[in-house]
Amino acid sequence: MSSLITRVRKLQIAQTIEKGTRLDGRGLMDTREIKIEQGLIQKAEGSARILLGKTQIVVGVKIQAGEPFPDTPNEGVQTVNAELVPLASPTFEPGPPDENSIELARIVDRGIRESKAIDTAKLCIEPGKKVFVVFIDVYVLNHDGNLIDAAALAAMAALLNTKMPNYEIEEGEVKIKQGYTQLPLKSHPITVTIGKIGNTLIVDPILEEEQVMDARITMAINEEGNICAIQKGGSGYFTPQQIVEASKIAQEKAAELRKKLDW
Amino acid sequence: MPTFFEKKQLVTPGELLAEGDYLPGDNTYLEENKVYAQRIGLVDCENKRVNVVALRAFYVPKVGDLVIGAVIEVGFNGWTVDVKSPYTALLRASDVLSRPFKPQNDELSQVLSAGDLIVAKIASYDRAHDPQLTVSEPGLGKITRGQIMRVTPTKIPRVIGKKGSMISMIKQETNCQIILGLNGVILVTGKSPEDEELAITAIRKIEEESHTTGLTDRITQFLKEQKVKPEEKVE
Amino acid sequence: MNEKPEKLIDKKGLRLDGRKIDELRPLKLEVGVLPNADGSAYIEHGKNKILVGVFGPREMHPKHLSMADRMVIRCRYHMASFSVPERKSPAPSRREVELGKVIRESLEPSVFNDLYPRTGVDVFIEVLQADGGTRCASITAASLALADAGIPMRDLVVACAAGKVDDQVVLDLMDEEDKLGVADVPVAYMPSLNAITLLQMDGILTPEELEKAINMAMDGCKKIYAMQKEALKTKYMTVKEVEE
Repeated sequence: MSSLITRVRKLQIAQTIEKGTRLDGRGLMDTREIKIEQGLIQKAEGSARILLGKTQIVVGVKIQAGEPFPDTPNEGVQTVNAELVPLASPTFEPGPPDENSIELARIVDRGIRESKAIDTAKLCIEPGKKVFVVFIDVYVLNHDGNLIDAAALAAMAALLNTKMPNYEIEEGEVKIKQGYTQLPLKSHPITVTIGKIGNTLIVDPILEEEQVMDARITMAINEEGNICAIQKGGSGYFTPQQIVEASKIAQEKAAELRKKLDW
Repeated sequence: MPTFFEKKQLVTPGELLAEGDYLPGDNTYLEENKVYAQRIGLVDCENKRVNVVALRAFYVPKVGDLVIGAVIEVGFNGWTVDVKSPYTALLRASDVLSRPFKPQNDELSQVLSAGDLIVAKIASYDRAHDPQLTVSEPGLGKITRGQIMRVTPTKIPRVIGKKGSMISMIKQETNCQIILGLNGVILVTGKSPEDEELAITAIRKIEEESHTTGLTDRITQFLKEQKVKPEEKVE
Repeated sequence: MNEKPEKLIDKKGLRLDGRKIDELRPLKLEVGVLPNADGSAYIEHGKNKILVGVFGPREMHPKHLSMADRMVIRCRYHMASFSVPERKSPAPSRREVELGKVIRESLEPSVFNDLYPRTGVDVFIEVLQADGGTRCASITAASLALADAGIPMRDLVVACAAGKVDDQVVLDLMDEEDKLGVADVPVAYMPSLNAITLLQMDGILTPEELEKAINMAMDGCKKIYAMQKEALKTKYMTVKEVEE
């Protein structure tokens, strides 16, 4: 999944990174500028748009009544889907989700689920029969690298923006009333992806850097600084020491971002 | 500086073979001054060069190699041939027909069609192109009779033996003509199916016991025994 | 619906299947089990039963998926309908698609793929019975199948998971521990290069617990690696004593 990058450019990127800086002027541990806008899609129960550098993602949250899973009969359901929209990159093709969009959705889902961000116990309508299903749909609108972090941040921002409709049960049917309540959230996980080029670790790789890097590792961190999801990707590898280093970097960056966003 | 193996030891991919002043030979690679095995095989060292004779490998074409292949398809200006390699080989019509080739007039499938077996040589091959074959030397061309068998390509040298000693002995003892394709495909042509079977069994035995010593003598013995007791043939 | 056990580790420090916290489930490995595949392997790890077949290197179909300068690995992870208690539809699920990707990415670093440009290798993983840790068992078997196919490799890839159950970090989670435990950390590793080629985690762990789990998993990997080598050697070791 890459548009052509010349050998000369790859070399240039690798050499600059070895010296400790990046071609866009950032330090190895610097994240690009983040702009988050919430509530832009009024027809969704919650929404957010993120600009991470030039990467642009919109996430919409829809809430509907549905059936619970058999092993959690009194809890709401969370489901994440991601679309790599063809207009986002010359390399995205129309069609059903491919392995990249499935992986993206599942990593975002894991961070939210394992940190228990959504208080699913409060989403029960009728125990064992009806619960609220939270649909989180991620639409990638421009791909300039690090879709994972951008999608995870936008998803969290959308959840923070989400209002559930008030309801009452009338003759076994769910009837929507007036007014809304904020979606009950217990945690605000933040995801940090670290790429490896040669033996150097960098934070928030831009698309060009992704085409040079040989592996990435993503970690979702909660408020306590604990890790709730990890995914290594790419056809390269990490030494155990690099994993430990990456987890320290992820914690630091997550804390930094948490302060900045006030989550 | 040490090596970490005994002569002809069975090694697996990733096994550390030597450290220090050694060169990576066949089926090995060098990483930070250490030589590791790339394939499963038997390791040996010669003049500081560590080699692994692979027990499992596939054939990679080399210019000049004699190979035996099967025609897959008749194309517009030649044939595609399966030489039991990751790459499909091509045989151009111009190589086979002695006169200039006219696509409208000449019917290629009359010369060679799908399913035909040929003995050929690798005329050219590089990383960017599939191997090209030639049959324009004496002894090359379409196969009309005999039996085909396959062995792992890395065992072919053992079937040949030192200075051809093994293969000449088998040819003599079984009265068969045997063509060894370096791609692991072997053609055995004898006066009777029994002679051909005998040769095939002998070659199978060599493939299985290739790592042992005294093999030539044992195979000779085996063949002589088989010829004396035709009713008790080993399957 | 089974009743959930209250504790997964009892007072004596033994788990539901009687294992200690750093004990592996029983393992069986066999190489070269499929006559039609270029390479193959079969693994039984606990109650997992997984078969892997490798085809290639060979020309890729469709051709436009091949790469001019290297060999492309394709990996299909599939669970048989009867592999789990509730029949699973044969159609590929999102989980299977993700696992195909991460398993492929765990094997790619081990293979010298620039040696055979324009070719492809297909790795087909069929889970016949699943009981927690299928991706790790699949990787262990797939790596053997690649070696059995004669594909040159930097090292075998071996995989094992660790996790947190009750309040302890344990090795090699079985199905109940995976479902009811606190965290699951599958790790794939190339011991000769000290390289981690797969790392995932779901659950919650402190950074210290993560490090402990990774180290525990790597220890498990090293033990399984010895079994992989044994399985390969057993296949290729033929008649030992031959009369002179």
